[in-house]
Amino acid sequence: MDFSLNEQQEMMQTLARDFLSTEYSDKVLREMAASERGFTDELWQKVAAINLTGLTIPEEYGGAGDFLDLTVVLEEMGKFCLISPFFSTMVLGAQAIIEAGSDEQKQRFLPRIAGGKLIMTLALTEPSARYMADAVTVKASHENGQFVISGTKLFVSDAHVSDYIICVARTKEASNPEDGITLFVIDINTPGMSVNLLDTISGDKQCEVAFDNVKVSGEDILGEVDEGWPYVEKIMAKAAVGRCAEMVGVARQVLNMTLDYAKERMAFGHPIGAFQSIQHRCADMLVDVDGSRFITYQAAWKINEGLPADREVSMAKAWAGQACQRVVSSAHQIHGAIGFTEDHILHFYTKKASACKFSFGDNHFHLEKLAGQSI
Amino acid sequence: MDFAFTPDEEAFRGEVAAFLEKEVPGEYREKRLTFFDMAAQSDWIKVHREMAEKLGEKGWLSIHWPEEYGGRGASPLYRLILREELTRYHSPGYDSIGAGIIAPALLLKGSEEQKAKHLPGIARGKVIWCETLSEPGHGSDLAAIEVFAREDEDCFVVNGQKIWTTNAHLADWNALIVRTDREAAPKHRGLTFFLLDMKTPGITVNPVINMAGHHEFNEVFFDDVRIPKENIVGGKNQGWYVVMSLLDYERTSDVIYAIAATLLEDLTEYARENNLLTPVMKRRLAELAADCEVARLLHYRVAWMQGQGLVPNYESAICKLFSSEVHQRVTETGMQLLGHYSQLTDKSAWVPMYGRVPSTYLRAFGHGLEQGTYEIDRDVIAQRGLGLPRLR
Repeated sequence: MDFSLNEQQEMMQTLARDFLSTEYSDKVLREMAASERGFTDELWQKVAAINLTGLTIPEEYGGAGDFLDLTVVLEEMGKFCLISPFFSTMVLGAQAIIEAGSDEQKQRFLPRIAGGKLIMTLALTEPSARYMADAVTVKASHENGQFVISGTKLFVSDAHVSDYIICVARTKEASNPEDGITLFVIDINTPGMSVNLLDTISGDKQCEVAFDNVKVSGEDILGEVDEGWPYVEKIMAKAAVGRCAEMVGVARQVLNMTLDYAKERMAFGHPIGAFQSIQHRCADMLVDVDGSRFITYQAAWKINEGLPADREVSMAKAWAGQACQRVVSSAHQIHGAIGFTEDHILHFYTKKASACKFSFGDNHFHLEKLAGQSI
Repeated sequence: MDFAFTPDEEAFRGEVAAFLEKEVPGEYREKRLTFFDMAAQSDWIKVHREMAEKLGEKGWLSIHWPEEYGGRGASPLYRLILREELTRYHSPGYDSIGAGIIAPALLLKGSEEQKAKHLPGIARGKVIWCETLSEPGHGSDLAAIEVFAREDEDCFVVNGQKIWTTNAHLADWNALIVRTDREAAPKHRGLTFFLLDMKTPGITVNPVINMAGHHEFNEVFFDDVRIPKENIVGGKNQGWYVVMSLLDYERTSDVIYAIAATLLEDLTEYARENNLLTPVMKRRLAELAADCEVARLLHYRVAWMQGQGLVPNYESAICKLFSSEVHQRVTETGMQLLGHYSQLTDKSAWVPMYGRVPSTYLRAFGHGLEQGTYEIDRDVIAQRGLGLPRLR
């Protein structure tokens, strides 16, 4: 057992932290949250220049680093409340290609992702906003040697800036809803696609993607026709853990800013951090931070080792989601009125925590899953 | 990060399991007794001593000690593995005070003579220990303790009353902290830590029965009890520092997460068999399973740190706080699950699960108080872990 980061992971942590402290000040965060794109090309090129866009991509396709390295980086990104298509591209798009792509498709996409030349995302959820197979209703019908896709995907991260969208569509009606699902990788400029940016509380970029008779060829299929669901499950597991890592970062940073405030803010002649009522809240926040961190890294480690991880992933997402919410609530209580304003940075973290909580299964979803697996 | 056990650790677990499969009395396994209600069995102390000696013969009680003191120099994870298996097999035999707390404190702060005298008895499972810290007037505020020992030639002579001493009625030896300097300022610099033979004249032990009906606690009276100076650990007036290091071990001595997880599995089984798995209950059980997993990882982190030569302190407080709260929540859910049946004791013919649910539920009220209250745990985490300022 080893509860520390290894040399490589520490290096990634420092790299990401140094980069973000230079490039992603609170001022930039405010601008990005308010802007429509949510990031700049300049920032993206810098992310690529330090090879963060190569994480988990096999060396033969120009990448380096494993899923634990990616987890470490996502944790740092959470600490800075980073808004960017990094998660969509690296955790959703790249993982879909890595898990389901043919060698040719890997050749086509992965080196460009690693080089920072492609932004991708996954269009999975629909207006029902559920993560179960039966919620996939967008249809791809087989007509004259090609597939025609129609329907609406909702809550698609970063579709407005993506070059390609991986669409999870139904190609066959079957008694088992997990049968008949197919993954398509679609150029955003294909006729019939339209993307609408949703206005969200956190300023993260989520979209509605409408498919109106979008014609795609057999070459655009990722994996096997009708047999795409197991890939979706794998991507969802990684995505859930990725969101956990971001929440761990959010929670840690929120605790740090709360401690700074509690040591500095005076009341009744003492810093408020000297009062037990404040200290005990902070102690509980640390339990939540440490607990989230280890349950998250355990799941990431299992995935990284290729071990069955369903149970650990669901535990992590359910637990970290609730823990992170408790941490931000306590942070608001301790910060008092200033934390309740838009002037203070805290609310961005609160909103990010909320966005992460519902992304790729909330605590209810994962507890239900866990109960189904083991109870 | 790496969450795997080594093949050697796995093999050790298998060896312990195979041994316990053979040795643990059938009745203990049938009733699925836990660390928190085992002592209520009429034959407990006899079975405990027998099992302790068998575990001692195997060398398992001291497996993680340095070789020069009879250990095998194994990682502290082995201690956790042993205790996890003892929990899974509902076995007594591990003196969580002697092996869990006193031994590591002696290894850290004891003299060579003290180590030579006391460690073998603990390693062989032959000596039962108690520790005596609290007094009727002072619990959390340990530095305020008043029971006084006056110096008299080669001895200190103790007079006064202590309380909440677990197993004082069974123990062969006692780790005792008392005041040896009434003028010391701050007060914690006037305390001394002694090893006391419980056969010494002048000791009176009276039972204090807890609300679960178990006899674990005692009050202990000292009437001119003479302790030789060579039994001082850590030096005169240095007892506070011995206790502080001991508490860091004490907070992770018991594998409460494993006890909670075992009870949770049994509750799940009971719910399934009795058609009690409502969606709300299922979700609650799943939530507690995740809590147990987090608690497990927090304990492993501490063992890993100890193995690395790092000194955990707030990390231990986090373990104890979180896993005790989880165990309490599991017992509360158990009561909820059993409903009316939760009110029956093991003497009732209708009682499910041998009455373990109400028994551990009631016992668990003590979790928030023993080994430092939850409030003290949170103080430790906030002040030592997070560097928040102290008012006192």
